[in-house]
Amino acid sequence: MTPDSATVLLDPTSERTPTTRARVARPSSLDGLTVGLLDISKPRGDVFLDALESTLRARVPDLRVLRYRKPTFAKVAPVDLRHEISTKCDLVIEALAD
Amino acid sequence: MTGSQTSPAVRSGRPRVPAVPDGIVAVVKHECETCVSVTPVLAQLRRAGVPLTVYTQDDPGFPRELPDVVDDTELRVSWALDLLTVPTILRFDGGVEIARTEGWHRPRWEELTGVAGLGPDLPELRPGCGSRTADPAMADELATRFGSGRLRARRVSLGSSEDEAEAAFERGWTDGLPVVPPTEARVLRMLEGTTRAPEEVVATVPPDLVECTVEKAAINAVLAGCRPEYLPLVLAAVEAMCTDEFNGHGLVATTYFSGPVVIVNGPVRQAIGMNSAGNVLGQGNRANATIGRALQLIVRNVGGGVPGGVDRATLGNPGKYTFCFAEDEEGSPWESLAVERGMAPESSTVTLYAGEGPRGVVDQLSRTPESLARSFAGSLRTVGHHKLALGLDAMLVVSPEHARVFGEAAWTKARLRDELLELLTVPGAELVRGAGGCDEGLPQGLEEAAIPKFRPDGLWFVHAGGRAGLFSSIIGSWINGPGGSQPVTREVGT
Repeated sequence: MTPDSATVLLDPTSERTPTTRARVARPSSLDGLTVGLLDISKPRGDVFLDALESTLRARVPDLRVLRYRKPTFAKVAPVDLRHEISTKCDLVIEALAD
Repeated sequence: MTGSQTSPAVRSGRPRVPAVPDGIVAVVKHECETCVSVTPVLAQLRRAGVPLTVYTQDDPGFPRELPDVVDDTELRVSWALDLLTVPTILRFDGGVEIARTEGWHRPRWEELTGVAGLGPDLPELRPGCGSRTADPAMADELATRFGSGRLRARRVSLGSSEDEAEAAFERGWTDGLPVVPPTEARVLRMLEGTTRAPEEVVATVPPDLVECTVEKAAINAVLAGCRPEYLPLVLAAVEAMCTDEFNGHGLVATTYFSGPVVIVNGPVRQAIGMNSAGNVLGQGNRANATIGRALQLIVRNVGGGVPGGVDRATLGNPGKYTFCFAEDEEGSPWESLAVERGMAPESSTVTLYAGEGPRGVVDQLSRTPESLARSFAGSLRTVGHHKLALGLDAMLVVSPEHARVFGEAAWTKARLRDELLELLTVPGAELVRGAGGCDEGLPQGLEEAAIPKFRPDGLWFVHAGGRAGLFSSIIGSWINGPGGSQPVTREVGT
């Protein structure tokens, strides 16, 4: 009935354009840095992070390690947790165990 | 048809009525015999000093008796007034419509105008004719002409050689099946299904946390194949999906099988023709199929939850295309799911439940509730894993033939739930890691405890299905409780 309108569609998406942000440069050494180890509370995530912490400590004597844990793997990490990690750590390793 | 009605709310797709003068407003067309026959009445009103404005839909020179007729051959006023019939007379006061009547009906015209003795040569009533705006051939064109200005979504112009269905695939708008192209006319028609304004925000949709407007929901409802009367259910489902309790973000992002399951209760089931009977969890009913699909398309297109992106499902399940069904409340021995969840029996609701695919429970021999409960328990044991407990809920879709066994024995839902919880409580020694030669299971240290498979409020019952067949179905949940997803029920609005 309206041939012209058939060729114009309404965008069903959010119409957002993702912005691209440059990654933080990787440190050349971990000496003197603080690393956060984030357990998302999946089974055996702690086992993995324990092993990782031992390995890191053996390799980098002058390393601070802070351990974190999400209350549930089924939800986004709480804002406070994210804030604490971002302010206290130079880098973070998240254990997505499954 | 003659008749009168109260002033309709301006429907969402419609613009505000253009400035219509206060007093009496009449809309007529020359082609309509009833309109021709009431022209002496309009002249009579004018002579009586009534403030009268006459709009004509087809002939600017009609009626000749009134030289100041307003030309509405473009139908702008008629469309905004949402007319079905001519003649229609309306009373406006302070820019607001306060009354209208259709066709010729002397008592109603006299009441509305406040003038007695109208049209003495006419019969008491004469049905009107269809308004030009009600002509199906005009509807889409008018909707687009007058309504598209209210739509804010980006317009996507297709190339002349571009196929509409292929264009939707190429732009990533589909779930893998073809969609209905969302033209302005279709979206405006969809918006007629709700009183809510197109720009109103329904919810903030995960995972991208984007505000979804009624308009965006309507566009996706068009894609899904919904009829306009389904839109309020889609809006209610989106609201439920986006609550913290339901945790739509986690449900989209999980590696688990599950997706949103929509269960519909209340009068809206019959009003829109939903299926609660044979093949209730299967294909074939438009409302069942497209409401669930619209929800998933909104999560995809508005929320950005796309498989391989934030949707990390290892296997998924076919219900992630669509999983929506109605409860058979009339044939049930129990209160409905919605009533059990605290809603009034006469309310129309959607309940969202984070579920995996349904699995069958066969029991063709049990005629006592005790025996049938044991069959249910045996099958429920395997939800997730037969040695895991308490982390997942389950919904039982109980068919009429199975429900009858419980109904005849006067087993309530509460009784059945208690029996199942007891049947499904076993020593922890059977469930811990390593027990039975299987590494999966509950942590060590629980050997001495009696462990129920489900939380006390972790079993849900819905009555649905065909009248023949001693089968029921289990829909296992995703992670339950405050750390996972909890069912959410929302009343369906207008």
